[in-house]
Amino acid sequence: MSLSAQACTVTSSTSPDGVLRERGQREVFCGLTGIVWLHRKIQDAFFLVVGSRTCAHLIQSAAGVMIFAEPRFATAIMEERDLAGLVDANDELDRIVAQLLARRPDIKLLFLVGSCPSEVIKLDLSRAALRLSQRFSPGVRVLNYSGSGIETTFTQGEDACLASLVPVLPQADRAARPSLLVVGALADVVEDQFKRTFAALGIDQVSFLPPRRSSELPAIGPETRVLLAQPFLGDTARALEERGCRRIAAPFPLGGEGTALWLAAAAEAFGVSRAHVERTLAPLKARAEKALARYRAQLAGKRVFLFPDSQIEIPLARFLAREIGMELVEVGTPYLHRDHLAAELAMLPDGTQLSEGQDVERQLDRCREARPDLVVCGLGLANPLEAEGLTTKWSIELIFTPIQGFEQAGDLAELFARPLLRQTRLAV
Amino acid sequence: MQLSVWTYEGPPHIGAMRIATAMRDVHYVLHAPQGDTYADLLFTMIERRDRRPPVTYTTFQARDLGGDTADLLQSAARAAYERFQPQAMLVGASCTAELIQDDPGGLALALRLPIPVIPLELPAYQRKENWGASETFYRIVRALAAPSADGSPRREREAGARPVCNLLGPTALGFRHRDDLAEVTRQVVELGIEINVVAPWNATPSDLARLPQADFNIVLYPEIALTAAQWLHRQFGQPFTRTIPIGVGATRDFIAEVASLAGVDAEPVLSRTESRLPWYSRSVDSTYLTGKRVFIFGDATHAVAAARVATQELGFEVVGLGTYAREFAREIREAAAIYGVEPLITDDYLEVEARVSELRPELVLGTQMERHIAKRLGIPCAVISAPCHVQDFPARYSPQMGFEGANVLFDTWVHPLMMGLEEHLLGMFREDHEFGDHAPSHLGAAPAAPPQQPQLRVVETTVTSTELAWASDAERELTKIPFFVRGKARRNTERFARERNVNLITLETLYDAKAHFGR
Repeated sequence: MSLSAQACTVTSSTSPDGVLRERGQREVFCGLTGIVWLHRKIQDAFFLVVGSRTCAHLIQSAAGVMIFAEPRFATAIMEERDLAGLVDANDELDRIVAQLLARRPDIKLLFLVGSCPSEVIKLDLSRAALRLSQRFSPGVRVLNYSGSGIETTFTQGEDACLASLVPVLPQADRAARPSLLVVGALADVVEDQFKRTFAALGIDQVSFLPPRRSSELPAIGPETRVLLAQPFLGDTARALEERGCRRIAAPFPLGGEGTALWLAAAAEAFGVSRAHVERTLAPLKARAEKALARYRAQLAGKRVFLFPDSQIEIPLARFLAREIGMELVEVGTPYLHRDHLAAELAMLPDGTQLSEGQDVERQLDRCREARPDLVVCGLGLANPLEAEGLTTKWSIELIFTPIQGFEQAGDLAELFARPLLRQTRLAV
Repeated sequence: MQLSVWTYEGPPHIGAMRIATAMRDVHYVLHAPQGDTYADLLFTMIERRDRRPPVTYTTFQARDLGGDTADLLQSAARAAYERFQPQAMLVGASCTAELIQDDPGGLALALRLPIPVIPLELPAYQRKENWGASETFYRIVRALAAPSADGSPRREREAGARPVCNLLGPTALGFRHRDDLAEVTRQVVELGIEINVVAPWNATPSDLARLPQADFNIVLYPEIALTAAQWLHRQFGQPFTRTIPIGVGATRDFIAEVASLAGVDAEPVLSRTESRLPWYSRSVDSTYLTGKRVFIFGDATHAVAAARVATQELGFEVVGLGTYAREFAREIREAAAIYGVEPLITDDYLEVEARVSELRPELVLGTQMERHIAKRLGIPCAVISAPCHVQDFPARYSPQMGFEGANVLFDTWVHPLMMGLEEHLLGMFREDHEFGDHAPSHLGAAPAAPPQQPQLRVVETTVTSTELAWASDAERELTKIPFFVRGKARRNTERFARERNVNLITLETLYDAKAHFGR
């Protein structure tokens, strides 16, 4: 048999729903990367990865530059003797945790984060978390989740982290009034804005997951309505629903339109009158539209190609198409959660080419062939594509920047306008 | 298990990537889970390479583990061969794939591709990045370096023909490798020596086949190329250089060593030494550099070289010397003995931070990690070694090696320091409110508050032990000393007091101690 006949065992298929599904090399981060923002979001939490030197190297590389403050994450690097069974890995882990907590008495919540190697050797971190919780109770609570690349892609690490928090959230009083739980890590400034808007809408029982401090874990129960702020929280939503919470179906709060629909969906669930919603949101939405107008002028009609990265791609594509007027060449996502994205998918222009999973070489071929005006992609691909004459926007910035809400709609658009503006400025 | 906040080196397969990425027409098939592709950004972002590293990852997921990950490796290798048409293929595993024991090398060899396939065994739970780079380079050289057509180990040089050498060591993501290579090349060419092959930098597999045709090898970075050079010596009788040309003295030694291996006269080149460092260092403006206390940490080659330059060429005093590379601990121990300091051999960032904090040097020469330590402690710092960050891949020509490299060292080590007269003014007029401890300075940000760890808090406590106290006027006087030497003054005074069983430190004790210790 010739080599070329054998060469393509990577699978690629277009299903009846028009989604291109591919399996090949996936150029994506693993779930450990979520630690880079989560460790700053929860101010008294520490993330201990139980893994290899690769894991430690990944997190510090993904962090881009080293963080000036001492990070609240570390890696327990497994060594040959941990694998050879010469020492009990559990004893070693206990020793490391004791060493860590002695060094950082300010830590109240410790996540043991599983990795590819810890999962392959079947190190049971849930038992370890239980054991260590008992040992360090009541000062420190120890939880565990997996951020491994064999289980999670990039933002799924946050999903796994938040899902691990759900079982320890306090139970709300039976007589509790309906409350709103906003789920997904947001920038502090965005949270504060949303809190003010919810109050203006008349929703005052609002809490956020993750909280800024582990002592502020929100109570939940059947009267809790869950509003997802991020599109990648499948496991967390399921765990919350299992505790009786009810999810509010909505698009995601990107852009003026997305934010208005997201807030309106919450308001409707709390029985706020349409007229009051309209009155409250209209000026905010108008301000967002005003901020967007400038960028719409620069970006409308430009063709954009999105590589799969954070699962934020579909809401982002909806925003770019509807509010900015960009043309979608291909919208890739590592994983397509049809249920949570139902409202988003309905709003995409007809015939938008979606792709799920990845074969990076083939996707690059398609991208080069299409010659889009802007490529949204990861850090490993951006400079090589720039060198080929394509203009890129690194996708990781979309996770590390406050982009949700009315007041950030203009900032979000600006992230896409800047690379193109730069091209027009440079004359070298 | 080892608790690690920051790591100096990546895992060994990153070292292999540095070799593959430096070369041309090589492809590396890496059996690795999804997520390990992060390594691409080291090259495309930190080093700003305009091409992706030539690496195909199998990116297996949990659902593949029950099935056939071996088949995944084979199809990835086949597809990579078809698409990239390399002259040679490296095949190996990252840490996770090592655990599932698929034998990637064997699987790839079984494909019978019409190119050399070189299996790499890089034990991820024992070894690290530099070792991985060294081992990979050695394996490639071993697989590809071919004896001459007539079977003789090495081509005999015709009488009167120019001597020929190879330059070994420069890789992707190396600290200033690009510019060191240019500088050393210029030096070698000036000696009338021909360069046969540079590797791994920009070399193809067919270039490596020609390695045995040189008379000798120049090893620029022993961490990368020593093992390969030793093998070439055993196999083809090629001697190799030991001197690393960092600093004026070492560059002169290097030229002499290269000339002697080549059988040429070094004198014409040595007689026109081009570096400005000697005069800059002797000019009166530099007297304030005398005896500056410097802490040095990095890979062994750069750290040892920096210690020599610091003492002999800038007149500094080395107060600490260390490396994160245990493979080269011996070299650091030998050098530390010369300078009378305790060697620090550790890859634990926290241990290095504690040592810097304790020694309170006036300048830190280190890696990206030490740059952060120094920033936190408010100590000037220059980067001399990998690991380094994007700012250490400068656009300008900025070698560390050779005579131009010595100029670069002078500038980059001296600029972070406060200028001589500025230091005097700060000392004389302590009450000037703009000279406060947190006043703006060209050093950049004011020192951060001391870190929160208990073991680092010693620096600012008033009473360091139960039997030792400071009188309030002595304490006040201490604040008149500029902050960057205050820690040293406090430590010296307390040591002086303890040695004399003085329990209360007064103004007199402070000045007695000053007289005793000098500056």
